Amino acid sequence: MRRFNSQARSFNRATCSLCGQLGCLDEGEHCLRCGQRLHFRRVDSLSRTWALLVAAYLLYLPANLLPIMETRKLYNVQIDTIMSGVVYLWTTGAKMLATIVFLASIVVPLLKLISLTLLAISVQLKVRWQPMPRTRLYRFLERIGRWSMLDIYVVTLLVAVVQSESLAKVTPGGAVVAFGAVVVLTMLATLSFDPRLIWDALSEPKKEQQERDIKN
Amino acid sequence: MPAFSDIPAAHPELFACPECDQLVRDVAPSGAGGWIICPRCAAPLYRDGPNNLERALALAVTAIILLLVANLFPVIGMEFQGLRVETTVIGAAWQLWRMEMPFVAVLVVLTIVLVPALEALAIAWVVAHLWVGRRPPAFVAIFRGLQLAHPWTMLEVFMLGVLVALVKLSHSADILPGLAIGAFTALMFVFAALASTLDQRALWQSWETAR
Repeated sequence: MRRFNSQARSFNRATCSLCGQLGCLDEGEHCLRCGQRLHFRRVDSLSRTWALLVAAYLLYLPANLLPIMETRKLYNVQIDTIMSGVVYLWTTGAKMLATIVFLASIVVPLLKLISLTLLAISVQLKVRWQPMPRTRLYRFLERIGRWSMLDIYVVTLLVAVVQSESLAKVTPGGAVVAFGAVVVLTMLATLSFDPRLIWDALSEPKKEQQERDIKN
Repeated sequence: MPAFSDIPAAHPELFACPECDQLVRDVAPSGAGGWIICPRCAAPLYRDGPNNLERALALAVTAIILLLVANLFPVIGMEFQGLRVETTVIGAAWQLWRMEMPFVAVLVVLTIVLVPALEALAIAWVVAHLWVGRRPPAFVAIFRGLQLAHPWTMLEVFMLGVLVALVKLSHSADILPGLAIGAFTALMFVFAALASTLDQRALWQSWETAR
C-alpha cells in the first residue's frame, strides 16, 4: 500500500494546469516556468461539476420533449422530437444511421449525465472502491461527449436548405436550444471534474484507522 | 517506475500524472515513439521523443487553406423541380440567427469555423517560431487559448451531421453534396494528425531551449 502515498500532493507538489510542470508550493504560489497560479486540484471542482450537472438535468427534459424541428409541406405539418427523428430514419430504411443518431443523441447524453453523477457522488462520499475503472469511465466520458452535437448540425443544415415557401419549409424547434445547452453544460461539467479526486480517497487514512489512532 | 519515499526540493525530472497525481520519474527518450503510460491509472502521460515541428507546421498551414475552402464553398445543396438551394456553414448559421436562434447559430460557428481556425492559426504561429529556434511572442497566452479551445473543435461530428442530413434529404429531392464536404473530410484527418504530432510537454521543452 506504500504506492498510494506517492501522490504529488503529499509532498506539497502541484502540477501546473497550463504547462504541466511540477511545482513546489513551498517555493511560491506560481509556476516557475509559465507563471500560472498553482493548485493541487482543479479549483472548486466538485461544486462546479454539481452546479453544471443540475443545470443540465433541468434542460434535459425540454430537450427531449419539445420539438426539435417542424417540417411544413403543402398540406401537412410534421413535428419531430429527437426520438421521432430517429424513428423516422429507422422506418425509411437507414437503420445504420438511425442507430448512430440514437447513440449520439439519446444514449450518450443520458450515459454522461448518469455516469458523471455517480462519479461525483463516489468522490463526495470518499469511496475507495475501484479507482481504476472509475478513472477509465471518466476518460471515456471525456471522449464521447462531443458526439451529442450531431443533431444540432443536422437541424442547422436542414433548416438552411429546405426553405422554399411553396414546397417545404423546415423551422427549428425549442429543443435545439435546450439540447445545445445540455451538450455544452455536460461538456463543461466533465471539464471541471478532477479525476485526481477519485484517487485522493485512497491516500486518506481509513475511518477505523483514524478512530484507532485517536484511542491510542 | 519506482515509488518515492522522499524527494529533494528541486526535481525537474519528476512528473505527476494529471489524472491521479501519481509521481512518476521521467524516462529518457528511447526514440521508440509511443506513449508513456501512468503506472497507476494508465493515463497517457506524454509521448516518447521530441515533436516533429516541421510536420506540425505543414499540417497547420494545410488546415488553414482547407478551412478557407470549407467555409467559402457550399456544404450541401438540393434541387427540386428546377429550384436549386445551396448553403455554406456560415450561411446555415445565419439562417438560424434570423430564425431567432442566436445561441445555436453561435454554437455552430464556434465549433465548426471559429475554434478550428483559431486553433490552426495559433499552432502555425507557435510552431513556426519554435521551428526557427525562437520563442513565439505571447506564447503563454496562446497556449492557454489552445488548451481552452481544443475540446470545442467538432469537425468529425459535423461530418457525420452532413451525412445524416444528406440521407434525410435524399428521400424528397435531388441532393448536391457540396465542394466543402471534401475540404471538411480532409480537415478532419489533418486535425487528427496534428493532435498526434504535437505533444504539449515537448512543446514546452522546445520553448525552454528556444531563445
